[in-house]
Amino acid sequence: MNKKSFRETLESGEFTITAEVGPPKGTHIDEMFHHIDLLKDKVHALNVTDNQSSVMRISSLAVCQIIKDKGGEPILQMTCRDRNRLAQQSDLLGAHVLGIRNVLCLTGDYITVGDHPQAKPVFDLDSAQLIHMVKSLNEGKDIGGNELSGSTDFYIGATVTPESKPIEPQLLKFEKKIKAGARFFQTQAIYDIENFRRFMDYARKFDIKIMAGLVLLVSAGMAKYMNKNVPGIFVPDNLVDELASTEKGKGLAKGVEIAGRMIRQLREQKICDGVHIMAIGREGVIPEILAAAS
Amino acid sequence: MIRSITQKKTEEELDQLLTGIARIFIIGCGTCVTMTHTGGTPEVTEIKEKLLKKGKLVTGDLVLPVACDNLTAEVLHENRSKIDLADGLLILTCAFGVQTIARQVKKTTIPGLDTLFIGKETGLGQFDEICTQCGSCILGETGGVCPVTSCHKGLVNGPCGGTKNGKCEIDEKKDCAWTLIYNRLKDLNRLDLMKRYQKPKNFQREPRPGKYWLTPT
Repeated sequence: MNKKSFRETLESGEFTITAEVGPPKGTHIDEMFHHIDLLKDKVHALNVTDNQSSVMRISSLAVCQIIKDKGGEPILQMTCRDRNRLAQQSDLLGAHVLGIRNVLCLTGDYITVGDHPQAKPVFDLDSAQLIHMVKSLNEGKDIGGNELSGSTDFYIGATVTPESKPIEPQLLKFEKKIKAGARFFQTQAIYDIENFRRFMDYARKFDIKIMAGLVLLVSAGMAKYMNKNVPGIFVPDNLVDELASTEKGKGLAKGVEIAGRMIRQLREQKICDGVHIMAIGREGVIPEILAAAS
Repeated sequence: MIRSITQKKTEEELDQLLTGIARIFIIGCGTCVTMTHTGGTPEVTEIKEKLLKKGKLVTGDLVLPVACDNLTAEVLHENRSKIDLADGLLILTCAFGVQTIARQVKKTTIPGLDTLFIGKETGLGQFDEICTQCGSCILGETGGVCPVTSCHKGLVNGPCGGTKNGKCEIDEKKDCAWTLIYNRLKDLNRLDLMKRYQKPKNFQREPRPGKYWLTPT
C-alpha cells in the first residue's frame, strides 16, 4: 500500500480503510502478530482497542508500538474509564515519542460490563474533554495550562453513534467533539445505508472526515442479538432475512459478502470518507472482505 | 428530606466481625434506618434474638432518636452502666451514627449496616441518589438534573453511545441522565445550555475529606 500516512490519506479525500485489532488477554501474541502481518499493508491503519468492553487486556499503547515495529500504522484508542488526566497525558506523550500519531478518543464502556466489575471507574474526563486535552498537547500545553517541552502532533479522532435513540442529544455531543478538536470520526456499526445517508447529509456540514463502522455479521442470531442488546446498532430486517436464509455453515461467508457490498456502496456513492472494519475475533477474513469490496 | 440509605451486612460478615466479642450492646436509630427498615426497633429486636441464639450476651439495647445528633452523647451517658458491661457495640445506624457513637464511647464499635448513599425517597420504598456533593454544581446548565450523579459515568458534556431508547445500557431500569436533561432543556427552550462545553471538574474545590468553617461575622 502507499506510503502516505493515515492522516494524509483521509484528508486527501481518498477512501480510507482501517481495521480493528483487539489485544489478547495474556502474553500469547502469536495470533495477533499473524493478524497484524496479514493486514498492515492491506488497510491504511490498524486501530487498537483500549481494554475493550472493560475486559483487561494488553495495553493499546504496547500493541500500537508492535504495529509500528512491523511497518504498519497504528491508531491508539484511549478511553476515560481507567486513567485520570495525568495518566492519560503521560501515555499520550509516551505514544508520541514512540512515533504514534493517531488517537481515537472514547468515553469507554462502563466498568461493570467487563471482567473487573469491582474496580473503581475513573472517568476523570469525558470524551469531549479528552479531545480538548489532546488538542492542547498539540498546541504545546498540558491540560493544566503548563508549557510542554515539545508539543505533540496527533491526528485526533472520536466516535459517534448515528443510530442512537434518541439521536438529538448524541448529535449535540458530536458537535461538541468537533468544536473540541476532533478531525475524524469513526461511527458505531451501521447497517442501514439510507439512515446513514441521512446522518451524512447532516454531518457533511462540518469540516471533518467520517469513517463508517462495520461490524462483521456472521449469523441472523448475531444480528438479532445486537438489535436487542447493543445500544446504537440497528440491523434492518432485509439483512437479518438474508442471513437467516443462508445455508448452514455459510454465515461467515455471507457476512463477508454483506460487508464487502456495503463498503463498495459507501465508496462508489461517496457516502462517507472511509470505513472502519471490526471483525471481532475474525480478523483473518478481512482480506476477503476487502476483496469482496473491490 | 435527605436520607442516609443503608443495607444490612450479611450474617456471615457480622459473625466474623463479632468473633471474640461475647457481651454486646445494640444501638439502632429512629430516623433514616427506621425508614429503610435496617436499624429501627424491629431490626434491633430481631438481631438481639439472633445474637442470644448464637450464645452472645446482650447487655442492653437502645434506639437513639437521631444517632448523628449531638444529643446522642447524653443518651449514651444515661445508658453507660449497660454499655460499660459490653465488650463491643453493634450499631445498626448509618456510618454517620457509627462515627458519632465511636467518638463518645471507648468501646469496639461494629457497624451492622453498610451505608450506600445519601438519597431521597422518590417513591414508596424507593430511594435515589441525586447528589454526590461534588462541590461544583452544574444544575443551572442541566435543567435541574445532575449528570455527575445520575449518569453512571458522570459525563458532563452529553451522553455516551450507550443510550438505549432513553435508558442506560448498563441498567435498563435507570433513565439515561442525558435524555432527561435533553428533554427538560428542550421543554424550557434552553438547548443552548447543552451546547456549552463543560470544562474538566476541579477536584481541588473541596478535597476529600471535606472540611468547612463558618466564618464569624
